[in-house]
Amino acid sequence: MNARLSEKFRLWRFPGGIHPEQNKSSSTETPIEAGRIPPRLILPLHQHIGEPAEPLFTVGERVLKGQAVARANGYVSAPVHAPTSGTVIAIGDYPVPHPSGMSAPCMVIEPDGEDRWVDHDSVADYRNLDPAALRNIIREAGIVGLGGAGFPTFIKLNPGHNKAIDTLILNGAECEPYITCDDMLMRERAAEVVSGLAIAAHALQARESVIGIEDNKPQALHAMREAARSYPNMRVVEIPTLYPSGDSKLLAKILTGKEVPSNKLSLHVGLTCINVGTTYAVHRAIHHGEPLMSRIVTVTGGAVGAPRNLDALIGTPMDELLAQCATRMDRIERLVMGGSMMGFAMHRADLPLIKTTNCIIAAAAAEVPRPQPVMPCIRCGACSDACPMSLMPQQLYWFAKSKELEKAQKYDLFDCIECGACSYVCPSNIPLVQYFRYAKGDIWTQESEKEKAGIARRRFDARQARVEREKAEKEAKRQQKKAALDMANARERGEAQAQSAMQRAEARRDAAMQEAGKRWGAQPPTAPESSAPDKTASAEPDKNEPAQKND
Amino acid sequence: MRLANLIQLDMPLNTATSPHAKAPITVSTVMLQVALALIPGLIAYVWFFGWGVVINIFIAVVTALIAEGVMLRIRRQPVGMYLADLSAVVTALLLALALPPTLPWEITVTGTLFAIVIAKQLYGGLGYNPFNPAMVGYVVLLISFPREMTVWVPVVSMSEYPLNFLEYASMIFTGKLPAGISIDAITEATPLDSLRIHLGLGSSVADIRATFGIDEETSRLLSVVPIFGMFGGKGWEWVNAGFLIGGLWLIYKRIISWHIPVAVLGALMAISLVFYLFEPARYASPMFHLFSGAAMLGAFFIATDPVTAAASPSGRLLYGAGIGILLYVIRTWGGYPDAVAFAVLMMNMVVPLIDDHFKPRVFGH
Repeated sequence: MNARLSEKFRLWRFPGGIHPEQNKSSSTETPIEAGRIPPRLILPLHQHIGEPAEPLFTVGERVLKGQAVARANGYVSAPVHAPTSGTVIAIGDYPVPHPSGMSAPCMVIEPDGEDRWVDHDSVADYRNLDPAALRNIIREAGIVGLGGAGFPTFIKLNPGHNKAIDTLILNGAECEPYITCDDMLMRERAAEVVSGLAIAAHALQARESVIGIEDNKPQALHAMREAARSYPNMRVVEIPTLYPSGDSKLLAKILTGKEVPSNKLSLHVGLTCINVGTTYAVHRAIHHGEPLMSRIVTVTGGAVGAPRNLDALIGTPMDELLAQCATRMDRIERLVMGGSMMGFAMHRADLPLIKTTNCIIAAAAAEVPRPQPVMPCIRCGACSDACPMSLMPQQLYWFAKSKELEKAQKYDLFDCIECGACSYVCPSNIPLVQYFRYAKGDIWTQESEKEKAGIARRRFDARQARVEREKAEKEAKRQQKKAALDMANARERGEAQAQSAMQRAEARRDAAMQEAGKRWGAQPPTAPESSAPDKTASAEPDKNEPAQKND
Repeated sequence: MRLANLIQLDMPLNTATSPHAKAPITVSTVMLQVALALIPGLIAYVWFFGWGVVINIFIAVVTALIAEGVMLRIRRQPVGMYLADLSAVVTALLLALALPPTLPWEITVTGTLFAIVIAKQLYGGLGYNPFNPAMVGYVVLLISFPREMTVWVPVVSMSEYPLNFLEYASMIFTGKLPAGISIDAITEATPLDSLRIHLGLGSSVADIRATFGIDEETSRLLSVVPIFGMFGGKGWEWVNAGFLIGGLWLIYKRIISWHIPVAVLGALMAISLVFYLFEPARYASPMFHLFSGAAMLGAFFIATDPVTAAASPSGRLLYGAGIGILLYVIRTWGGYPDAVAFAVLMMNMVVPLIDDHFKPRVFGH
C-alpha cells in the first residue's frame, strides 16, 4: 500500500545538477564487514559542529566499551564514547581529518581486547517517553549527523516552541560518487534504519516521514519499502539520480516542493532532514542502549584491492581500515575523506575515522583528474547551467578573483552550497568552488575584523568618555569648593556683596582675557564656562556605554 | 609503543581541493565541436557558391593562427596552450564564412588580423574581448572595402561562368579572371541586397519576385539572377538550412544553450511577420528573412559566442531578441546588405547592462 502510494508521489525538480561517474558498484559487491579492533584508537574530542567535548578520564585510566570518555561542553556539543574497553594512553593534539590538515585534541585508547561493555540499558517503549527525554538519550549517546556535517542530532530533533514539523525527511539519496555506506545500510539493516526514523519522528512529533532514495539503489529501495510497510505515515520515494540531490535543501525541494528560504533552516518551512546512518544510530541508542561508537564507512578507490563497507570503530586509524580492504598504499595518488565531489584530500593515511567519515577513497592515479592548465573563463555558462542553486558562478568568479566581495555577496555567494558542480563542468578547468570558499572565508575574516575594530573603537570611546567625565566632575567639585571658600572668606570680611560683584566682574574679565588667549599663554581653563563644554561632550559617550554592554 | 608514529610524517600525500572529479570537457573540445557543427552549412555553401569560401577559410585560419601565436609571444602567454584552444580557428572560420567568396586575399588577411590582434588579443585574449572578434573584423572590412565586400557570386547553377577551384584561387590571390570573362559575368548582388535595392527603387516584392523569377527556368529565360528560392534567398536557403542543422546539433550536445538562437530567430520572425502582414508588397516574408543571408549562422554560431553574449538565461533571451530585431531593422531600413555583424556588435555593447539586471532567481530567494 505504502509502496504503491509512493510510486505516484509527486516530485519536484531543482535547476541544474550533473551526472558524474558514480564509481559505486565495486564497494557494494560484498556485505558490510566488521572493522577490526586496531592496536589503538584515536578519539578526536571535536567530531561535531559546536564546542569540543571535555575529557572525563586521564592518562592511565581504564575505560569500558560504551563509556562516555568525554562529555558535551555546552548546548551545541556532543560527548565521545569509548568504542571498546582499554586504557587511556594519551590525551593531546594529534592530526585529525580536516581540510586544513590540522592537529586537534584527541584521546588515545589502547584496547585491551576484552571488548567489555559498560552497563547499558535500552528503552522499553520510546512512545511512552516525552520527546525531551528521548532527545536527552540521543544527546547522551553522542549522536551527530553522520552525513557529513556532524550537527548534534538532539538539537535537530527539537522543533522548538511554536514550530510544528510537517515532514521528517530521511536522506537516502547518497548522491555523491563512490559513497555507498547508506546504500548498504539500507539494504542490510532497513528495519533498524526505519525504526530509528520512527523514533526521530516521535521526538519531533512530525506529521509524516518521507524517505528519499535515488533510483540507482534499487535494492535499498526494495528493502526500505518492505521495512516501511508496517509504519503508518511513512513513505519511500524513488527520486531520479542527479547530483547533488542529497543536499538537504534540494532533497526537501524534490520531495515536498518547498524551498527553504535563503539564510533559513529547513525548520522554517516545517521540515527536518536526517541521514540514514544517523537514524540507525538512534535506533541502536534507544533499543539497545548503545552510544555512537562505530559507523559504516565505505573504503574504496582504485588503490583498494577489496573495496567494501566496514562497520568500523570510531577512532580507528584509516590506514588500518585500508589495510583490512587490501589497499596498495603505494598506489594511492590521493586519499579523500567523503565523496569525490565534496570530500577533501588528506595529507596522511593514519588519521582516525571520525563520526562524519562516510567514505575513504584511496584513489589511484587514473581516477584523479589530470591536472590541466586553468584557462580564462569563456563565459560559456556551463557552470550556471549546472548550479543547483541558480547562481551565476561565472560572474561570482570575477568578483571573487578581483576581491569585489560586496558584489559577490550581491550575487548571493552565501547561497553557494559548495557542491562543486561548477568546477566539475568548467571547460576552462577553473577551480570555481575553491574561489568561492576563499571569498566566503575572506568575507568572514573581514567581518570579524570589522567587529573586532568596532568593539575596540567603542571601548576607546567609552574610556575617553569616562576620563572626560571624571575630569569634569573633579573640576566641578573643585569649583564648588572654591566658590564655598570664597563665599566664606567674603562673609568673614563682611563685604560679601561688593566682593561677589567684583568677583563677577573679574570672572567676566578673566573669561574675556582667556578668550583673547595669547597673553595668558598655557594657563589651564579654570573658568566654569570652559568646563561646561566638557560636560556636554561627556553626555554623548555616556550613551555609548550601555551599547557596549549589549554586545 | 607505536604512538610515536602518530605525529611523525614520513611522506605527506598529495592533496588537492574538491571536486576530485572532472567532466571530460575543455575549451578545445567546445571550440572543436563548434567548428565541426559548421560543416553542413559549409558543404551547402561550397555546393551553391563554389570553392572560394574554402580558400578564404584557409587564408583566414593560417593568418589567425600566426597572428595569435605572435601576439601571445609578445604578451608572454603560453603560445601552445592558447593555440590549442582553437578559439582563433573558430574566429577565422566565422569571419571567412561571412566574406564574399571572391575577396582578394589581402583583404581577408586584413580582416583576420584586425579580429585577432585588435579585437581579441589587445583586449586581453581569450575570454576578455567585449566584442565578437570575427564581427569586428567583418565590419572593419565592410567599412574599409565596401565595393569588394558587397559583390557576391551567383548560385553555381545559375552562373554564366561558375569558377572552379583553381580559377577561384587565381582570382583571390592574383585578381586574374579566366581569359575573356568579365567580373560582371561572375558576380552578382546577394538576394538580400537586390531586394533592398529594388524595394528602394519602388518595386513591390511581388514585382521583384515576378521579374527575377522563382525558378531557374524563368530566370534563365529572363536572363536575370533569381533572388527567391523555395523558401528563402536562392541558394542561401540551403546554406542557412545547413547552419540550422549544425546549430541544432550544438544545442543537442549542450555546447550552446537554446536561448540565444531561439530569441534571435523568434524576434526576427515576429517582427518580419508583423510588417509582412501589414504590407506584403513592401516587406519580405519571415521565411525569406530566416533563410537568407547570415541569419542562421548569426543565430547559432555568432550571437552565441559566449564571451561576448549575455550570461543568464533571461539575459540571453533579451540579448538574442535584440539581435533579431536589429537584424530586421538594419536589413529593411539600413544601407548594408546584411546586418548580423552590426546587430551582434550593438548588442555586445549592452551585455554588461543586461548581465547586471538579468539574474536567475536564486534558490530560496
